[in-house]
Amino acid sequence: MNRRTPLIIFALVMAAIPFIPGVPPFWIVLLNNIGLAALVAMGLVLLTGVGGLTSFGQAAFCGFGAYTTAVLTTAYGVSPWLTLPLSLVVSGIAAVLLGIVTVRLSGHYLPLGTIAWGIGLFYLFSKLEFLGRNDGISGIPPLSIGNFRMLDPGTIYFAIWIAVLVSALLTMNLLDSRTGRAIRALRRGHIAGEAFGVQTPRAKLLVFVYAAVLAGLSGWLYAHFQRAANPTPFGAHAGIEYLFIAVVGGAGYVWGAVLGAGIVVILKEILQSYLPYIFGGQSQLETIVFGILLVVLLQLAPTGVWPWLMSRLPIQPGRRMPDASLPLATPVRAQASSAVLLQIEKARKQFGGVIAVNDVSFDVRAREIVALIGPNGAGKSTTFNLITGVLTTTGGTISVLGNKVDNAPPQDVVKLGVARTFQHVKLVPDMTVLENVAIGAHLRGSAGAISSMLRLDRADEAKLLAEAARQIERVGLGDQIDQLAGSLSLGQQRIVEIARALCVDPLLLLLDEPAAGLRHMEKQRLAALLRQLRDGGMSVLLVEHDMGFVMDLADRIVVLDFGTKIAEGTPDAIKTNPDVIKAYLGATA
Amino acid sequence: MNTTIMLFLLQDGITNGAIYALLGLALVLVFAVTRVILIPQGEFVTFGALSYAMLATGQVPGTAKLAMAMGVVAFGLDLFEARRSLRPRRVARAVALNIALPAAIMALTYGLAGPKTPIAVNIALSLLIVAAIGLFLYRIAFQPIAHTSVLVLLIASVGCHLALQGLGLVFFGAEGLRGPALSNTALTIGPLRFTGQSLAVYGLTVAFIVALWLFFGFTLMGKALRATAVNRLGARLVGIRTTLSGQIAFLLASIIGAISGILIVPITTLYYDTGFLIGLKGFIAAIIGGLVSYPLTAVAALLVGSVEAFSSFYASNFKEVIVFTLILPVLVLRSLAAPAVEEEKD
Repeated sequence: MNRRTPLIIFALVMAAIPFIPGVPPFWIVLLNNIGLAALVAMGLVLLTGVGGLTSFGQAAFCGFGAYTTAVLTTAYGVSPWLTLPLSLVVSGIAAVLLGIVTVRLSGHYLPLGTIAWGIGLFYLFSKLEFLGRNDGISGIPPLSIGNFRMLDPGTIYFAIWIAVLVSALLTMNLLDSRTGRAIRALRRGHIAGEAFGVQTPRAKLLVFVYAAVLAGLSGWLYAHFQRAANPTPFGAHAGIEYLFIAVVGGAGYVWGAVLGAGIVVILKEILQSYLPYIFGGQSQLETIVFGILLVVLLQLAPTGVWPWLMSRLPIQPGRRMPDASLPLATPVRAQASSAVLLQIEKARKQFGGVIAVNDVSFDVRAREIVALIGPNGAGKSTTFNLITGVLTTTGGTISVLGNKVDNAPPQDVVKLGVARTFQHVKLVPDMTVLENVAIGAHLRGSAGAISSMLRLDRADEAKLLAEAARQIERVGLGDQIDQLAGSLSLGQQRIVEIARALCVDPLLLLLDEPAAGLRHMEKQRLAALLRQLRDGGMSVLLVEHDMGFVMDLADRIVVLDFGTKIAEGTPDAIKTNPDVIKAYLGATA
Repeated sequence: MNTTIMLFLLQDGITNGAIYALLGLALVLVFAVTRVILIPQGEFVTFGALSYAMLATGQVPGTAKLAMAMGVVAFGLDLFEARRSLRPRRVARAVALNIALPAAIMALTYGLAGPKTPIAVNIALSLLIVAAIGLFLYRIAFQPIAHTSVLVLLIASVGCHLALQGLGLVFFGAEGLRGPALSNTALTIGPLRFTGQSLAVYGLTVAFIVALWLFFGFTLMGKALRATAVNRLGARLVGIRTTLSGQIAFLLASIIGAISGILIVPITTLYYDTGFLIGLKGFIAAIIGGLVSYPLTAVAALLVGSVEAFSSFYASNFKEVIVFTLILPVLVLRSLAAPAVEEEKD
């Protein structure tokens, strides 16, 4: 079954509904409300479910969209179609301004911050004279095409649902692209993405603005549907409700937004119309029942209804296999001004009074496997973080091919041809192996968000996926290519990280405990792969605790203990070095 | 402007700020222990305040029945959870906590409520009722999903807020209520008149800040609560009952909320939905305090109260706008100062 088929069927059904004889006009109004809410929730899916940025303030962006068109059409007589881009731009600009402040907040500051400015903006809407204060603005002209005026719910229905379907299509296109992978990686923290060149603050701002523009579109439609705008639908409670919709539907799924909007809007309607009969006209009972139902629903299905439904479908969507023969151009790198690949001179890192790395110097030359070993807490991973720019050095210099990199951000270090894996695996568990590995090729593609939404990125995208597929095949995980990364064993996940790093087409590969969790045969396969990479011209710097593995593989070994280099030499020299034996086994050994 | 007006505004701001400080402290407490951002904190305020106001008129507030009903639901959940090992002791404990306790509170309320009941008894009854509601709220709504993400907890918290606010309308009606003052003494210093009420506000706020600081810094239970906040699994492994920690946090938060309500209901008329806005201003203070520091939260709350008082004098229309956008510069500063720490998300 084609991936587009369900969408086309859904679009046809939605288009047919108004023409079914006997459909009550009230249902159409409900469907309009569902569509309007789904638009906002779809932005939240991208922002919250996928990007991990919780916002309670989306209703305020609807307000920007609605008031922009309300003011321009009533006070200045501008055509509603001209105000559409303006509404979107105003919401977008507001989002940029708020987003610059907001998206840098971490954890729980973010949702709380959005509640605060959401309420602030609500009061602003209700107090400003030119927005009509609490009464708002009425008499907004309807949308019209020629002489056809969309006066009744049945006609604007089409405008609303075309907007929903187009937005859903664009959003799904965006998620299934180079930019989309960067967005989907956001929720798992920024270090992994940045190590492969993702500009995380920019990606966060992008989803924030995208969500706001969708909310602005919903606001614009709302204003022309109701033909009036007042502050109430743009307040804190509305903002909270949109987030509900996204979470109830399934916060990570585009269609979850539409489903959630349907559930919430219809549920509220049913509660409002039937509860008074059951309980004898008590007011506000629907909020009580609504609140209780919400808590119950979350306890039963914390991930939302859409994924719950999908997992019960008999037909699972098929995966597309990338064409692994498409070539991807090798990246252009800075000119080398030294024959030594990696040069570390007196690198130092202090955390307060603790010296994690104490004036360590060593180098890695071309076509060489160097192992960095030492007892736990010796400063090996800290050294990796210094090389890749995750941490800034307290002193000393680090250079790659003669270009100083110290304290450059990770996104710049990777451009020099240094790729890494992590001691604690940093994959996106709900993305496939292929998608995870393709993040490694992020810098080798160029398609941006807009071309991804419009599907102009397909040639670029196919090459990236082809490269990812080749690297997966190379590390021997070809059979797992379309499995979710989170379903693999820990050892396999480490191998996926190596494939991701290989997608950078690196000169130097930094591997942090690659053999941990591997079985004997897998370790031998890994050692063979690393030798093959070295013979192909790549250098490897690895941290590893499995001494058999290290001694067999490494050309040279650097030993750290308590942040200080205590020995350096060939495996045979290290095996008999008294300082190393003392560090590992104690003084009397 | 003259100094007298300024002093008046400042006094007004500090009184309101003290209330926000109390609420901010409760929010920080609950978040730190359970990761729940407690939106229903505002309902604890209105429930406490309006129960007290109704008791003062001699009526029994509906919240007493709510506590009983929530107790029954909690009892059902306890039994369901323990269905495989229904030992008599366990059942007896569940009955005592979930049935006997709210029943006793309800009986006391019905027995003592009347037009001549002393203020102190009314306060005690209101506190008992709201404390029971807080305790059962955690048991019913949050304990089953205690392990989920902050976002899911937040949405559940919003659900609780909606349900409780709706119940507030049923119990107290759409009309606002005022309660009698705690004391009618007053003290005049220069142009300023300090009522016994505002002095009680200051005194209780300071007392709570000191008490929380002592509790979390110097008692084993306080340290256990903090440990739960940092790592639930780790806390359980060393024998801390994380469920108990959550219950204690909610109990404290509901008591603090109810006290705040009782303190302000003689000063301003409260409606069933006033609590939400008051709670949110406590939030602003808590956010400025970074959701971790009690003294900083208290200082921030005084700042919020003062800004509110001054802006209601100069630009009363934009009072709320100013208070809620106050958070933006703070967030900017925080985001500039915040180091790029990797968050391990579940």
